[in-house]
Amino acid sequence: MNKELMNGTSAIAESAIQAGCKYYFGYPITPQNELPEYMSRRLPKVDGVFLQAESELSAINMVLGASAAGARVMTSSSSPGISLKQEAISYMAAQELPAVIVNIMRGGPGLGHIAFSQADYFQSTRGGGHGDYRTIVLAPCTVQEMADMTFNSFDLADTYRTPVILLGDGMLGQMMEPVVIPTAKNKSPPRRDYAVTGAKGREQRVIKSFFVEGKDLKEHNWKLFRKYKKIEQNEVRYETYLLDDAEMAVVAYGTAARIAKGAINRLRKEDEGLRIGMIIPKTLWPFPSRVIKETSRYISDFFVFELCTGQMIDDVRLSLEGSGHIHFYGRPGSVVPTPSELARIMARHYYQSQRKKKK
Amino acid sequence: MKKIYSRPKSLSKVPFHHCPGCGHSIIHRLIAELLDEMDLQERAICTPPPGCSVFAYNYINIDMVEAPHGRGAAVATGIKRVRPDCLVFTYQGDGDLAAIGTAETLHAANRGEFITAIFVNNAVYAMTGGQMAPTTLLGQKTTTSPYGRNPQSEGEPIKMSELLSTFKGTSYIERVAVNNPKNIKKAKKAIQKAFQHQIDKTGFTLVEILSPCPVNWKMDPLQSCKWIDEVMIKEFPLGVKKEIK
Repeated sequence: MNKELMNGTSAIAESAIQAGCKYYFGYPITPQNELPEYMSRRLPKVDGVFLQAESELSAINMVLGASAAGARVMTSSSSPGISLKQEAISYMAAQELPAVIVNIMRGGPGLGHIAFSQADYFQSTRGGGHGDYRTIVLAPCTVQEMADMTFNSFDLADTYRTPVILLGDGMLGQMMEPVVIPTAKNKSPPRRDYAVTGAKGREQRVIKSFFVEGKDLKEHNWKLFRKYKKIEQNEVRYETYLLDDAEMAVVAYGTAARIAKGAINRLRKEDEGLRIGMIIPKTLWPFPSRVIKETSRYISDFFVFELCTGQMIDDVRLSLEGSGHIHFYGRPGSVVPTPSELARIMARHYYQSQRKKKK
Repeated sequence: MKKIYSRPKSLSKVPFHHCPGCGHSIIHRLIAELLDEMDLQERAICTPPPGCSVFAYNYINIDMVEAPHGRGAAVATGIKRVRPDCLVFTYQGDGDLAAIGTAETLHAANRGEFITAIFVNNAVYAMTGGQMAPTTLLGQKTTTSPYGRNPQSEGEPIKMSELLSTFKGTSYIERVAVNNPKNIKKAKKAIQKAFQHQIDKTGFTLVEILSPCPVNWKMDPLQSCKWIDEVMIKEFPLGVKKEIK
C-alpha cells in the first residue's frame, strides 16, 4: 500500500482487515470512536461483519463466540470499557481463544478524562480479570507501529491461542502520521482444529473453562503457565536508543517514550551533552527484564517516565533485582509534558546522580 | 418386533448427573431427539451456561462453547455471525437469561438474531443452592428470600416470554412445561418449531420451559410436578406467545 496520512485508530482498523480480520464487535467510547466508525464503513465492503453491541460486555462475548467459531476477530475500547471486557478476556485466556483487544487508554480511575493516559499498565500486564493468566501486551509508539503491531498481533494470538492486547493511548489514537499499511496477499487465518463448526464427520468439539475436578484445573493452569513461559522466552520486544555511552537510561513506552526521546535529543545537543539513553519496551508483557538487568551492569541510574503515577516502575524494579538506582517522573491526569519540560526534570536527576557518583 | 423408542443418536451414552426429578435431563433428551429427527446434529452448536446444565456437552453430542454467566445470547451471536448455516442455540436458566443476561437477551432478540434460546425456568438459582431468581414467585421462600418474595422490595416475577414477544425481531416464542407426558410432548413440538424458524431465518426464537427443581423447592419429584400445575402455571401461563406465520 502507499504511504497515507492516517490517525492511529484508523490505521489499526485497516491493518486488522489486511491481517484477515473480518469480524468486529464494539461499543462506542472516547477516544477510540474512529476505530469502530472505520470498521462500520469498511467491513461490509469486504464481506465482513461490523456489529455495535449493547455494551462492552456483550461485544467481548461476541468476540468470544466468533473466535470459537474460527474467525479472526477484534474489539476495541478505552479504559472504562476495557474494565467491562475483563470477564470474557479471562474466559478466553482459559478457553485458549485468540482475539485482538485494542485499548486506547484514557485517564482514570472512574470516568477519569477522555484524553490520553498510561494508567492501565497494571490492568493490562497482570491479566486484568480473575484467575491465573496473562495476555500479550503490545505497546506502539507511532501510528506506523500501531499498524504493524496490529497486523502481527493476529498471528501472535493464533500462534499462542491467547488474547492479545494492543495498548495505545488517546494521543496515539488521535494523532495523524504518514503510515504504510502492511498487506499480505490472501491473508486468511490458519485452520483452527478446535473451532466449533458443527460436528460433521468428526468428534464433537467443546470449548470450555470449567473443570469439576481440581486436579484437572491444576493441570490446565500449569499448561497455561508453560505457554506463558514460552511467550516470555520468544516474544519480548524492545528498542534501545543511544545506550552505548549513556550514564543514565530512561525507561518509557508509547507516547511517554516519544516525549522522552525528544527530551534526550535536546539534552544531548546542549553544551554539556548529557549522556542519556533509553530502553523502550514494545511488549509490556512479556516485559524486557533481561535487557534492563544487563544494562545495569554498566549503567547505574534508571529514569522511569510514565503518564500515570507509576506502574511500570514496579516491573523495572523487579527487573533490576536490587541493582541500580531508580528515578521516577510521572504525569497523570492527561496533562502532557513537553520534551523541554521533561528535559529539565531529567537533567536535574542526571546531575544529582553524577554528584553522588563523584562522592 | 418393531422398535418404537430408543436412545437418540445425539445423546451420549452417559448417565445424567442431575438430581432425581430434575427437568434438565428431560429437556436434554428432547433436544437430542429433535437433533436426530431434524438431521441437525452435524451442524448444531450450543452455548451451555455455568450452573446445573454446564455439562450439557457431556450428554448432547454436538459442538459446544461454554458461555460466561448471562452472556449466552452474545456468544451465540458471535458464533452465528461466523457460521450462519449452523443451528445455534443457547441453553440458559432464569438467573442467566432474565437477570445477569437480560441486556444480552433483549438486544439479541431486538436485532432478530437467528438463534434459539432454550430458557429453563425453575424459579430459583439451583446450582448455587436455591437462591431467589428473577422468576421466583411472590411469597416463595428461597435461601435469600427466607420470608417469601416480597414485591415491594424484590419486585414481581419477570415474564421474559411476554416481554420478548413485543419485539419485532422475535419470530417464535412459546412457554411450555415438562411436568407431565402431555406437556413434555408439547415442549418437544415447541422446540422443534423454534429450530425450524431459525433454519428458515425468520427471527429470534425462544422456548421457555417451566422445569421442576425438587431439591431446591424442598419437595419430592411428584409434588414438584404438581406445584408447576397448581402454582407456577398460574403465574406463567403456557402457550404460544408469538408466532410469525
